[in-house]
Amino acid sequence: MIGVVLEAALKSAVLLFLLLTATAYAVFFERRLLGKFHHRIGPNRVGPYGLLQPLADGIKLLTKEDFMPRSADRWVYLAAPLLVMVSALFAYAVIPFGPPVELFGRRVNLYIADPGVGVLLVLGASSIGVYGLILGGWSSNSKYALLGSLRSAAQVVSYELAWGLSVLSVVLSGGTLSLLGIVEAQQRGWFVLRQPLAFVVFFLSALAETNRAPFDLPEAEQELIAGYHTEYGGFKFVMFYIAEYVAIITQSALTTLLFFGGWLGPVLPGLVWFVLKVTVFVGVFIWIRATVPRVRYDQLMGLSWKLLIPAALANLAATSLAVV
Amino acid sequence: MRDTVQRALVESAAILRGLGVTLRYLFRRPATVQYPEERPRIPPRFKGRHWLTLYEDGDERCVGCELCVIVCPSQAIYVRAAENTPERRVSKGERYAEEFQINMLRCIFCGFCEEACPTGAIVLGHDFELADYSREALIYTKEMLTEPYPGASGRDPRREV
Repeated sequence: MIGVVLEAALKSAVLLFLLLTATAYAVFFERRLLGKFHHRIGPNRVGPYGLLQPLADGIKLLTKEDFMPRSADRWVYLAAPLLVMVSALFAYAVIPFGPPVELFGRRVNLYIADPGVGVLLVLGASSIGVYGLILGGWSSNSKYALLGSLRSAAQVVSYELAWGLSVLSVVLSGGTLSLLGIVEAQQRGWFVLRQPLAFVVFFLSALAETNRAPFDLPEAEQELIAGYHTEYGGFKFVMFYIAEYVAIITQSALTTLLFFGGWLGPVLPGLVWFVLKVTVFVGVFIWIRATVPRVRYDQLMGLSWKLLIPAALANLAATSLAVV
Repeated sequence: MRDTVQRALVESAAILRGLGVTLRYLFRRPATVQYPEERPRIPPRFKGRHWLTLYEDGDERCVGCELCVIVCPSQAIYVRAAENTPERRVSKGERYAEEFQINMLRCIFCGFCEEACPTGAIVLGHDFELADYSREALIYTKEMLTEPYPGASGRDPRREV
């Protein structure tokens, strides 16, 4: 018993470290890649190829003044970034990274937990994250922050539906709610081939879920300064920032797991395949940001309610018929 | 219903084409340069730091007409002219610039002075790294502006104007 707890704790610690490092480098990756898209070079001054830039950014952000608006609702204001970050990180409790590996003479599973309802837990965690955004915007007592959080609430409510419905089609195809099971069900072929429509709906909703361009209305800097985190600075801002990038990695990981066979692949070890695929999808997120301008608010709502949700529903119905 | 789907397809095609464009751009060479290590390419007609040029024989081109002073939109130029004397002939005209100052903090590098100059004395060169630590140091005097030897500014000293 104590061994199991110890193992889970150790794995969580390692995972947390890796995840936060990955997040920092996702930011760096984004800055370099956006630079390339813009015909620029991107940050390359700190360390070789600029690889120490995330460290420099981190030190800068940590040493910033820790301020709070006088009219802010103190405790809610402090709790909101925590809620956002914790719920973003929580998804990794159930996300498997690869097949079991031999380590120090014992079999180590590359996931912390494999509950039967892994997919639902991920869905739930991301829904809780929205409360953080709303509370953050509300407690800041600032009109821009409030507008940003209202937008994010409306957006996430709209897109979570399409997102969940497209995941449901995959769950039906795989016949299990466990992420591990879904990956294993793709031994014969990736689900993106069997569920192309679900993939499109899923990926578009994932963009909206993570508040990424072209659905970055909650933090549209031209209209709302920074949206829900306008009044946050220093480390509290970092928590929102980490949550955003962790969410991008989570969505990329989910895309990989649900549609692209997770760690399945020839020659290379499973973990390498998984990281490779996730990196590609993080790159696609950035690629889309470099291409598509922000949508209008009515377009945002129209896309979800008039197109994605009906499409996902039709797809779900068709999948159910096929499975039965 | 059919309209919506059709529009969605057309618009998605447009977005995919857009993604194609940005993907092409990803593999282009960056337009920026690594500035302090790598020098930017400066076009021949670049307007940088001014020079007061000389004739091939070492005479000053400036005849102290002060047309540059008149034309300067930011009033950055100060000229004090003096007469050439038989004993001391500095320029080829009647007068020469005894003192010639340009306030580089006021100059907007429009090049009007170069255009106005009847003898082609004042030219805008290629040097653009003009930062300094004090306001005084950025008022360039005649000694600083006159090219050290004919042709030092990069302009042909045998040219007409």
